[in-house]
Amino acid sequence: MLGSRVFSIREYKEKVFGQKDYMREKDISGCGLFGVINKEKKLISGSVPVTAIAVQHDRGNGLGGGFAAYGIYPELSDKYALHLMCDDKDALSCAEELIKKYFDVHLSEPIPTRSTVNIINAPVLWRIFVTIKENRSTWSNLDDYDYVVAVVMLVNKQIPGAYIFSSGKNMGAFKGVGFPEEIGEFFKLDEYKAYIWTAHNRFPTNTPGWWGGAHPFCLLDWSIVHNGEISSYGINKRYLAEHNYECTLMTDTEVVAYLLDLFIRKHGLSKKMTCKIFAPPFWDEIDRMEEEEKQAYTALRMVYGSGMLNGPFAILFANHEGLVGLNDRIKLRPLIVAEKDHDVFMASEDCSIRSVCPDPDKLWAPKAGEPVIIELKP
Amino acid sequence: MLDCGLVKSKCRKKFLKSKYIYTGVRALLYQSIVQNYHDFVVERNLDLCINCRVCERQCSYLVHYWDENRQRVMHDSSKCVGCHRCEALCPTGAIVIKRNPSQFRENSHWKPWFLKNVYKQAEQGGVLLSGMGNPQPYPIYWDHLLLDASQVTNPSIDPLREPMELRTYLGSKPDALEFVERDNKVNLKTKLSPQIKLNYPIMFSAMSYGSINFNLHIAMAKAATELGIVYNTGEGGLHPDLYKYGPNTIIQVASGRFGVHKDYLNAGCGIEIKIGQGAKPGIGGHLPGEKVDAGVSLTRMIPIGSDALSPAPHHDIYSIEDLRQLIYALKEATEYRVPVSVKIAAVHNAAAIASGIVRAGADIVAIDGFRGGTGAAPTMIRDNVGIPAELALAAIDQRLRDEGVRNKASIVIAGGIRCSADVVKAIALGADAVYIGSAVLVAVGCTMCQRCYTGKCPWGIATNVPALARRQNPEIAKRKLVNLVRSWGHEIEEMLGGMGLNSIESLRGNREKLRAVGLSEIELDILKIKPAGR
Ligand code: SF4
Ligand code: SF4
Repeated sequence: MLGSRVFSIREYKEKVFGQKDYMREKDISGCGLFGVINKEKKLISGSVPVTAIAVQHDRGNGLGGGFAAYGIYPELSDKYALHLMCDDKDALSCAEELIKKYFDVHLSEPIPTRSTVNIINAPVLWRIFVTIKENRSTWSNLDDYDYVVAVVMLVNKQIPGAYIFSSGKNMGAFKGVGFPEEIGEFFKLDEYKAYIWTAHNRFPTNTPGWWGGAHPFCLLDWSIVHNGEISSYGINKRYLAEHNYECTLMTDTEVVAYLLDLFIRKHGLSKKMTCKIFAPPFWDEIDRMEEEEKQAYTALRMVYGSGMLNGPFAILFANHEGLVGLNDRIKLRPLIVAEKDHDVFMASEDCSIRSVCPDPDKLWAPKAGEPVIIELKP
Repeated sequence: MLDCGLVKSKCRKKFLKSKYIYTGVRALLYQSIVQNYHDFVVERNLDLCINCRVCERQCSYLVHYWDENRQRVMHDSSKCVGCHRCEALCPTGAIVIKRNPSQFRENSHWKPWFLKNVYKQAEQGGVLLSGMGNPQPYPIYWDHLLLDASQVTNPSIDPLREPMELRTYLGSKPDALEFVERDNKVNLKTKLSPQIKLNYPIMFSAMSYGSINFNLHIAMAKAATELGIVYNTGEGGLHPDLYKYGPNTIIQVASGRFGVHKDYLNAGCGIEIKIGQGAKPGIGGHLPGEKVDAGVSLTRMIPIGSDALSPAPHHDIYSIEDLRQLIYALKEATEYRVPVSVKIAAVHNAAAIASGIVRAGADIVAIDGFRGGTGAAPTMIRDNVGIPAELALAAIDQRLRDEGVRNKASIVIAGGIRCSADVVKAIALGADAVYIGSAVLVAVGCTMCQRCYTGKCPWGIATNVPALARRQNPEIAKRKLVNLVRSWGHEIEEMLGGMGLNSIESLRGNREKLRAVGLSEIELDILKIKPAGR
């Protein structure tokens, strides 16, 4: 039943690229989130996020579950870990061939899975560890990150049956169509250890699922899980197009990933100011600020208005430096944070946190628009 | 009851007995053939009329008059322009102004409009004149666009319970900002160019002092100040008494340079170079000498009674690099304190022109569509030149984004914004703010009679005749303008909240919030919006 409603990667891409950009339809979904970080970089077993997200079973409908993990490939931590999903072996070899043109491949292997009852029709799942070729044939003017992004985009656009769904160093995403606890079991996450985990349970309402549509959404070593609908999607997307980001996943979350990349990596803004772009203070708050802050936030809203995320959302995003949780500025979606020793937990529901940390030192609901930024100890 | 239009006493006797009523006005032996092909007829209900002569005093076109012989008020429908002033003010509701029911034989090609125009021109040999914007039945794209609202998956936001933000800043913005963050404090490192702050994304459009009278200029200046928005002087300069409203005034510099001097340039919060106007792209302004009284003469720096004709092009702008020089000359003159806007009429290549304007250094591009009003324009130009504001706006916003310069300038759209939904649609298509002009005049009584060029506006708007201008009380007019913008503001907030947005910048350029009905695929492609149902 469920299987028949799932799009293959090829079908999905035809649906997207077969239409003019303004005609593409957007996914709408509600969701459950969970994230955990150990500030000391002590490793946490994958069974923690799986247990915690399983408690939020009802926040999904079996059409998407996924995880991101940081610190899982310590031996290969200087290589970009490309996680691929492909319709078949042919698509995989096409993708691999293209990747080899741009990268030196160090290891290419299937992502280990175990067969479970409910995960059916899984695509071919593969991981390739690469470094950038010494002598690039093209794009020699790009910096390393832009180069990797360019190759990932190229593969995702050109190979109909293949899709790279994570591309950072010493991290990876594991996701697919199913409930997250099933996806966790399928990907054998209990065998991984990471110092940051995020998890997602998805409730899409309008489109047939496809494996790439599940969260987290990743770009380089950014990963994002998101609960919400971004009503400003239309302008966020066009703003990104001005900066040469083409949105092809038809999800709000993709927009967030690109905006993070633009603001933090390209414009050099801090995580805090980026969060303030996403959920800016109201004008009447700004009017009450001291002169210098007032100027700063007025300028922020004037210049980055098109990057504001308007609409209900709770979002967790992570990279190799830490984990950030953020709500929209009137808190239309739930987000709870808890601390226990060096662990910080973030989730849509406190029961989810308590299921893995029954006795937190501190547990609170962050205020609307106030980011919770947790940095790893260097 | 009909006018006979005859004068001879013989007839008088004869007609007095008949159902015709003798009107006793026209002493012409020769009668032009258009004389009786007038557009409107006045119907006076004799049961209700109390002969108070209000209509006679109100009509500046002398339609109503007192007939001594019959001791009652009579009228000559041939002079009626359809302004409805008498109808509105008649204390007993005795008057109805109707379309003249007289009909020519059906001809879908030679409509009466064309026949009458040919008759008139054959008779008089002049250029046909009109006022206000293009009234012809071209498509109105606003009416083909529908707005979105939230249901279930994202909650709508209630503007009565949650903050809802309409504040808008016009001007050039940098692509990125730099901040210095220290001990939880943020400091801005980037230097910003000057901006115009608006509490509503609405401004009062350029309507010169002269084309409309001083009372309305005071009203606009005061209303803009009270609302925290701006009004535009138009090309007629700024009366000395209005300098105090400078922080809410955009100063216009047009091809005639009327009233332009150093103090004027420095009086406002922004400067607008007027290249063209939606109602008459490609030609200059025209203020008939009858409208140039002492005040207008002083402000425009021209002799009383002289025609104020501004040339079609600026005599120092024959190319885009010349425009650049003027932009920077004005910036120099104001020491870079205020943003410079360039206003063009929406014409075929508007997108490419706008892109050139932004590259030439303008901080704001204002586009005036063909529905945009005017005090006087040749009818043929008003009705046949230019393109709809909606299409120009969509194309310009997209072009500026494609070229990566959208942040460099704000886009202001003008020309036929009739209601708050039009404002919302314009912003969703990509405008930062809108200009309203005709709506301002309608707010103070204008009935779109389109005869502004006569200088006899019975509503006291497009006239400088003291007895008529007095009909506009600046305080009352100001209140009406404030009410109008406030009520639109509330409606915009409601629509925003319904869409799940609580700030206007998330609507700006957000074409996902629009769907089209009844448009072709090509039109959808220009507007870059989905059809309803998708
Ligand atoms: S204003 Fe009305 S009541 Fe007075 S004279 Fe005219 S039609 Fe009659
Ligand atoms: S301003 Fe006066 S003359 Fe012009 S259309 Fe309106 S009512 Fe008629």
